[in-house]
Amino acid sequence: MRYLVSLALLLALLWLGISGVYKPLLFLLGGTSVLFVVWMSRRMDVVGVEHNPVLYSWRLPIYWGWLVWEIVKANVAVARAALWPDRHLRPQVVRVPVRLATPVAKVTYANSITLTPGTVTLLLEPDFIEAHALLESTARDLESGEMERRIAWLENRP
Amino acid sequence: MVETVLFWLSAACLLTGGAFGVLGGIGLIRFPDFYSRLHAAGITDTLCALLIIVGLLIQAGLALISIKLLLILLFLLFTAPTASHALARAAMVDRSPPEVTGDPVPGEPSSKS
Amino acid sequence: MNTVLVVTALAIFATMALALVRALKGPTVYDRIVAVNVFGTKTVLIVALITAISGNDDLIDVALVYALINFIAVVAVLKLVRMRDLGAAGEGDITDG
Repeated sequence: MRYLVSLALLLALLWLGISGVYKPLLFLLGGTSVLFVVWMSRRMDVVGVEHNPVLYSWRLPIYWGWLVWEIVKANVAVARAALWPDRHLRPQVVRVPVRLATPVAKVTYANSITLTPGTVTLLLEPDFIEAHALLESTARDLESGEMERRIAWLENRP
Repeated sequence: MVETVLFWLSAACLLTGGAFGVLGGIGLIRFPDFYSRLHAAGITDTLCALLIIVGLLIQAGLALISIKLLLILLFLLFTAPTASHALARAAMVDRSPPEVTGDPVPGEPSSKS
Repeated sequence: MNTVLVVTALAIFATMALALVRALKGPTVYDRIVAVNVFGTKTVLIVALITAISGNDDLIDVALVYALINFIAVVAVLKLVRMRDLGAAGEGDITDG
């Protein structure tokens, strides 16, 4: 029930942000569509832990900021490889252990790895991730486990 | 004064974004195998999109359109890794596991399907 | 500012052309899907740029919707290629249940 309420709030905010026309009739239509979508999500049984409002903590923006910086660094490396493929390309498959507990954290980890250019998650298992790395540097970055520590920090709410 | 700074900031974001897009396209053409090309597609999906949307955001200032631009960025950044992973997974299950020229692979890449 | 926007749009068009070359060359069907995915996300950016160039703010909704449609289309095409059937059940993984 709590998840449903937070989903409805999120959808209402989304509607307010996208609509831009605020008249009584449109508010009515917007409210109806929010309720319809919430009802449908319940019927489809897709409302789960990811709609838990506690997940949206203040640590999320900090993690995103760090992730964007990582993406910028990885992008420069991969763009250099695009210009001089012979000198930089070292395609390899790396397997890194995953110590994160919850499914949401694991999926966040796998998605962050894929989002960073130079590494793509191939396989996500309960205790390890197999990723394809394009460059030596991106493979080493992944193996250092820095990203996993950040996600553990993101997850570990006081 | 502030406007000039914002103008140049926005122009720099847009042009670097465009440049990264072209670099990603070049990578898409030049990289040798499918898995490498996935990384080139990653460039155009992340930094290129990020910089161009940020450039447009600086121009738009605070308006309804900036919310929509932010939403587009959010959708792109959320869907890009999902699509990449789905592609990599499908290719791996279906066909050949990636070719490796670097370190030896610890264990066979399993293909559970 | 319009010049900058147009130059950026041209760069994006160049990227789209390169993606199209890859889509035509293949060699595997997955290379083509990657290229089409890149083409789609670049379309979103082009529409956003055209919104700024033309000053017609309503166009941004098109970009917003296209971003979603593109993702769903890529996943649907991928599933069709993999399973030969859009209604087939997928594989289970750790996020289930």
